Amino acid sequence: MTLQECYEKFGGSYEDVSGRLRKEALIRKFVLKFLDDPSYDTLCRAMESKNQEEAFRAAHTLKGVCQNLAFSRLYESSRDLTEQLRSGQDMEKVDAALFARLQEDYRQTADAIRLLDPAEA
Amino acid sequence: MKSEIRKKQKVLIADDSEMNRSILTDMLGEDFEIIEAVDGKQAVTMLQKHNLEFSILLLDIVMPEMDGFEVLAMMNQYHWIEDVPVIMISAETSPSYIERAYELGVTDFVSRPFDELIVRRRVLNTIMLYAKQKKLVGLVSDQIYEKEKNSDLMVNILSHIVEFRNGESGLHVLHIQTITEMLLKKLVQITGQYRLSASDISLIGKASALHDIGKIAIPDEVLNKPGRFTPEEYEQMKTHAAIGASMLEELPFYGDEPLVKIAYQICRWHHERYDGKGYPDGLKGEEIPIAAQIVSLADVYDALTSKRVYKDAYSHEKAIQMIINGECGAFNPVLLECLQAIGESIRSELQVNSPNQHSQREIQNVTAEILRHEELGVSERTLRLLEHERTKFQFFASLSQEIQFEYTTQPPMLSVYDWGAHQLGLNEIIMNPEEDEKFIEVIGKDNLHQLTEKLHKTTPENPVAQIDCEIQINGSPRWSRIISRTMWFDEENPQCTGAIGKVVDIHEERLQMAALRHRASHDLLTGLMNHTYAREYIQQRIKSRPDGNFALVIFDLDHFKQANDNYGHSFGDQVLQYVADKLSRSIRGEDVAARAGGDEFLIFLEYKTDLEAAIQRIFRTLTGEFNGFPISLSMGIATTEDGENEYGALFHRADQALYAVKRGGRGHYRYYDDSIKDTLSVISSID
Repeated sequence: MTLQECYEKFGGSYEDVSGRLRKEALIRKFVLKFLDDPSYDTLCRAMESKNQEEAFRAAHTLKGVCQNLAFSRLYESSRDLTEQLRSGQDMEKVDAALFARLQEDYRQTADAIRLLDPAEA
Repeated sequence: MKSEIRKKQKVLIADDSEMNRSILTDMLGEDFEIIEAVDGKQAVTMLQKHNLEFSILLLDIVMPEMDGFEVLAMMNQYHWIEDVPVIMISAETSPSYIERAYELGVTDFVSRPFDELIVRRRVLNTIMLYAKQKKLVGLVSDQIYEKEKNSDLMVNILSHIVEFRNGESGLHVLHIQTITEMLLKKLVQITGQYRLSASDISLIGKASALHDIGKIAIPDEVLNKPGRFTPEEYEQMKTHAAIGASMLEELPFYGDEPLVKIAYQICRWHHERYDGKGYPDGLKGEEIPIAAQIVSLADVYDALTSKRVYKDAYSHEKAIQMIINGECGAFNPVLLECLQAIGESIRSELQVNSPNQHSQREIQNVTAEILRHEELGVSERTLRLLEHERTKFQFFASLSQEIQFEYTTQPPMLSVYDWGAHQLGLNEIIMNPEEDEKFIEVIGKDNLHQLTEKLHKTTPENPVAQIDCEIQINGSPRWSRIISRTMWFDEENPQCTGAIGKVVDIHEERLQMAALRHRASHDLLTGLMNHTYAREYIQQRIKSRPDGNFALVIFDLDHFKQANDNYGHSFGDQVLQYVADKLSRSIRGEDVAARAGGDEFLIFLEYKTDLEAAIQRIFRTLTGEFNGFPISLSMGIATTEDGENEYGALFHRADQALYAVKRGGRGHYRYYDDSIKDTLSVISSID
């Protein structure tokens, strides 16, 4: 799968990211690096242990990274979750469906990235 | 060339997301040296560690440990924000966040998603803006300085021309200036009537030097006439006020300069009187500009207290008295009040402003001038010197193989220089060391407590504290000496800003000392305490527990002489070693065993009730044989329970009991009792 097809598959905007980061090789490097980004795992752990502060920070970081890479769909779900986790709000009131949606979006994004063609010479 | 210069500039990126940091690094890495910080605390550490050498800080808001706002607050508190511009790179876009960030001195915002062009442009623009601003500030202050210096110089030259013609030393001008400024400062304290700013005061002071320039136009024979003036001469003399003023008024340029305007007032009206009877215009009261009123008073005071061709110098008290009494003109009552309030301090101020002092000031100015004329501005030069010192210090620190450290209280941070940090297995920078577990583990909680307590007791006069303690070096405990000096700021109101110091390894020295002490206090053959040391030790034990029950036991080996005679001296030595060994194993840890000399031994023990059992056990253990030589003991015992708790007496009693045993056929033990009070002793008293 090409980088463009990959973006299409997980609901990202290749046009946007290539307008900003310019070089395809650079975009590819960061997209692949996304798989190593710890914020998703941190988020899952924090959600499980009900650590609101850490969950907020992790969702916030994930949101920022998605925004930078124009992972639009995952950006939206992480943005919505970030707002719900913002301090002062009750952790219990966080919409479980929202977190499930984020997990699904993440899974799709990660799966698509794993199918990416190796870089052309 | 351009990119070479930029390459040297450092950019600090503080963001907890590694992805974001590396995107920014990719965007900026070609042009800048990038330093990364994973949270706010590390950002602060980096700012300190690199001496604020960053051209810019890219700062995220939401971060663990210390968030972006806290970093900004700290940068404001220590004025770092004036040196390092900050661009916010947060994903937060709510207006309240942005407003708060701007309030805290942020220069710009880069919002997510990052666009390479925008990021690079904003960073470059901000850096250039800051650089330009710094350069402009430098230029402006240079120009102000130049201008100030030039006008000072001209004013001085002018006033000196007058003074020299007048046959005066030039001191008069200086004095007038000093007194004028003192009066003005007092005046603004007493009344808000005249609305004078600090720069007005310095301007009037400067202009005061010109008060007599009109005298240039007065013929020599009048100006320097030693006797009284004729009425005509006096009239001629009086014209100097109006002449001076018109000289200034007719200046082709600079007529609008504040200095010239003030000088005009002073020249023209410094001989007016508050009651309207002065010259040239007969102004009255507040019609006379305050600058002229003040210079007039200063002029009179200095004339009275200085020696002139026609008079001696009056004392300060006399001069004040004459002025108050109205003998030398009429003055504004508020100014008289000022003069009296200043009182004594005028004299000391005038002495300070002696020509000598003045030339010192010149030297300072020249020095400053030289600095200015070099390529570098003063602040850059200072920075460079600091950098030089820092490099030098680090170099020597790395060579010296000593652990050197520095502690600052604000923020609480400990820096250990590279070699030392490696030895201790610590980071070079430790924030909040008093709460840092690893650091406490290395230095030891009690040691740290002891050191901080001693440091708290230091003063600017006695700033050094020192402790000897065991700390973990390369993972194992070593005796070390920590020498530290507290650092102070502000001489008048000293505040402790931190401490510097080093750790010296004294392990070998300490072990040697311990070995020496052991040798001095112990018997070489048997390894037991020697008698002298045992006696000291026992005396202390008895003293420290006056209510305890103690027993002193002395024994010797029966027929020991035969061991020596039949088997040789080295066999005899072996017997002694054997007995000593058995003895030290048959007593408890806190008991004392010593060799009293020859084949005599000494035991000291504390007991509660059953002394007899302990004695029996020891006696039985020691009795036996060694390589065919039968070991039999004679033993005498004295206790503090008998009412004697002085070492010499106890020893004597045990010795008497031992003598009784020997007389009674050897091979047993007995306690001292009064029945043997008058018997002889075996060992001559050691006291």
